[in-house]
Amino acid sequence: MHDLLPTAPAGGPARADAPVRNLSRRGILAAAGGALLLGVGVPVDPARAQSRAEGAGAIAPKPGTRVTAFLEIRPDDTVRLLSPFVEGGQGISTGIAQTVGEELDLDPSRFAVACAPPGPDYAVVNGLRLTGGSFSTRSSFAAMRRLGATAREMLLRAAAARLGVPQAQLATENGRVVHAASGRSLGYGALAEAALALEPREDVPLREPDRFRYIGKPVSRLDVRDKSTGRATYAIDLKVEGMLHAAVRHAPHLGTEPERLANEAAVAGMPGVHGVHRLPGAVAVTADSWWRARRAVEALEVAWSAPAAEGIATVSAGFSSGAMLAALKGARGTPLVAEQEGDVAAAFAGAATVIEAEYDAPYLAHAQLEPPSSIARFERDGTLDLWVPNQMPELFQSVAAKVAGVQPDGVRIHSPMLGGFFGRHFYYGPATPFPQAILLARATGRPVRVLWSREEEFASDAVRPLGFARFRAGLDGTGMPVALQAAAVGEGPIGRWFGAIFKQPVDSSVIEGLDKKPYAIPNRRLDYVRVPHPVTIAFWRSVGHSMNDYFYESFLDEIAQAGGQDPFALRMALLKDSPRHRTLLQAAADLAGGWRRGPFAAPDGSRRARGVSMASPFGSETATIAEVALQDGEARVHDLWIAIDPGSVVNPAIVARQVESAAALGVSATLLEQVVYEGGERQARNFDAYPILDRGRMPRVHVRIVASGAPMGGIGEPGLPGVPPAIVNAVAALTGQRIRSLPLSKERLSGA
Amino acid sequence: MRSLTINGETHEVDVEGDTPLLFVLRDTVGLTGTKYGCGIGQCGACTVLLDGQAIRSCQMPVDSVDAARITTIEAIERDPVGAKVVAAWVGVQVPQCGYCQSGQVMAATALLKETPKPTDEAIAAAMTNLCRCGTYNAIAAAVRQAAA
Repeated sequence: MHDLLPTAPAGGPARADAPVRNLSRRGILAAAGGALLLGVGVPVDPARAQSRAEGAGAIAPKPGTRVTAFLEIRPDDTVRLLSPFVEGGQGISTGIAQTVGEELDLDPSRFAVACAPPGPDYAVVNGLRLTGGSFSTRSSFAAMRRLGATAREMLLRAAAARLGVPQAQLATENGRVVHAASGRSLGYGALAEAALALEPREDVPLREPDRFRYIGKPVSRLDVRDKSTGRATYAIDLKVEGMLHAAVRHAPHLGTEPERLANEAAVAGMPGVHGVHRLPGAVAVTADSWWRARRAVEALEVAWSAPAAEGIATVSAGFSSGAMLAALKGARGTPLVAEQEGDVAAAFAGAATVIEAEYDAPYLAHAQLEPPSSIARFERDGTLDLWVPNQMPELFQSVAAKVAGVQPDGVRIHSPMLGGFFGRHFYYGPATPFPQAILLARATGRPVRVLWSREEEFASDAVRPLGFARFRAGLDGTGMPVALQAAAVGEGPIGRWFGAIFKQPVDSSVIEGLDKKPYAIPNRRLDYVRVPHPVTIAFWRSVGHSMNDYFYESFLDEIAQAGGQDPFALRMALLKDSPRHRTLLQAAADLAGGWRRGPFAAPDGSRRARGVSMASPFGSETATIAEVALQDGEARVHDLWIAIDPGSVVNPAIVARQVESAAALGVSATLLEQVVYEGGERQARNFDAYPILDRGRMPRVHVRIVASGAPMGGIGEPGLPGVPPAIVNAVAALTGQRIRSLPLSKERLSGA
Repeated sequence: MRSLTINGETHEVDVEGDTPLLFVLRDTVGLTGTKYGCGIGQCGACTVLLDGQAIRSCQMPVDSVDAARITTIEAIERDPVGAKVVAAWVGVQVPQCGYCQSGQVMAATALLKETPKPTDEAIAAAMTNLCRCGTYNAIAAAVRQAAA
């Protein structure tokens, strides 16, 4: 047996029994020198980080400014654009090409966009680099415009010198510099070498928005043809010379270890098998094909170490999602006040009516369709190439360096297109396969690809936390809410994985969606009670909003009911101080042909009702209306009308599709999804036991973009949070049942 | 060694007979356009055509393939119906992450080869592949466009 445990460097791959939050305590993200440099213990050495910089710059480049770090203009006039972001379906490669192309004066269709390697040039998200938080477009838009404009000016300057004419006489036309007076022109490709050697100017004017040809237009996605013909290449499709295929099997209980293998020799003799290996919390087989490796690893008879018998401090033999929910409900820790306004105690004392409710939402799997994989290859000089799906290249580089025992700049990160992500590909300790690939490549002396089977992915994916919130509202004699008290109990991925840089005691990923509401409720208090989960938790499309907006907006309908008010009218009244939100709510109603709650008879004879909700996720605003019927005891969502105000947009077609995509995931989670633990083990190991939204359950989705001109908000996630409450509120209208625990499939619904 | 006819070419492969066709295509022959999603015939990402019929290649042991003609996404545009389907996929801008779309295009092509003018019910019955990005409405629109 190749026992890899002793070779794992201290602090290397997160041991399942050493909770991954230890990593953040050691400072997985260390703040340094104004900019946030990523490192596990060892921040990126600024001198090394700059070694690839243009010239002998003594200071780190300002992210997003160095033209040659982003643009490679080739002699054949094609352009390679190195994006700070990874494409995973959200359309960012196209959006970046539109933005740079607008100012560079080059049609976006002529860009080939790739995810850039690690480097300080790409830290354009407030000094960080990540693809997530619906941050990509809004964080980089200004910098990418300026980059395109700066490059265009350099091309003009180079052309002026080449043609011997004043620069003012030159113009550009989609990839060419044109001298109208003489009829001469030069392609960007012919000018690039001279142009990119020039000193960039910092005062280049930007194009006037009313002259935009690409920004704000429904430009075709750059990747659609390749994705419709099987040519798009994901991590799982990559192959390197001489690589071994590895299949793994993880410990049934997170944190336990392989102790004995009863039939190792027999398995080692199976066809194609190269080796049998022990990994932290797992066993692996390397072979000449993945199928052979998988067959072999599943044939291993493994005795695992015993988990703790009971409790929620670890994933014990007695751990269950039910026990975790009970622990959240029973938590008696001292709450931290996350938000406070007015005098809540006095308002409750004077209230005519007081209502209370408790809400919960389950652990959720990402279930992105591409199972995770990773290829590690050590080079002769000891450096490492790593092909790895990721949303944060510099962080993966730092962790990989630790695992491999090399310097960060000795790790080359290749970031392929993602076959869906939804938050799956941040670094999540034992839920991340690449450390296994590194350890196996080290052990075998060969390049190794680790691919997790779908069953291993369902067993080891980092999950959206199970969440719980408690509400109490006081209403005055007219039925209007005068006091609202809420408490969110649990743990979120910000605190777990980024606690070292976001040092606020209140974990924003636990309370988002419960705080900063636009409603005029004069007395409010929001508490946070921290209760850690023993399981590996994750970001999941729209993060805390994915459950909190359901909790809040459903409880708001309970307030409406207690006060004898229509839920739409109550929201309008509570939005009296925010014209932006009133406009958006009205836009959703207009899109739906007017608001009506129902129940009512639809043209097809079915009995239907509508629910409404609002949300303020990731800098954007949404208003959502769902129309629902009952079918065989299940909620059937027929239509979703979603009005979204992201301030301004780069590509309205991509925005509409992303909103629809996020809404689909919201429908899926509302109706069907839950990761259930029993006896410390996840119950579902594939899509047969973890159903996701299928074609039959997909509603029509109608999207209206209301570009108010407010600061640009996010797009990838904001379509989701309004969907669960709109559906649940419609179900309440239809059935009289107020569902306070998801998914709906746990209940058999019946008409009121 | 066994012989497979893939996209009109003969390939000799040396694998156990119970190896799913999916992994023979991807790892032995190197045609990676066909995707592994679930391995239990649920998601449809591995859909290929066997003598023109859509099948889930993760559920097809290679020794059951026999002399059947295998068509994968890599050759789908050589089929006139497949070319129409791809054109519709591009025209409607169907894909998001794109990972399931090879299988979706194969399923749509098989449907339209069998039923050139499918009803909405026929589309629903034939297009059962999963899409985590929720492109189902765009897929249905593209199938209707390709059938038009």
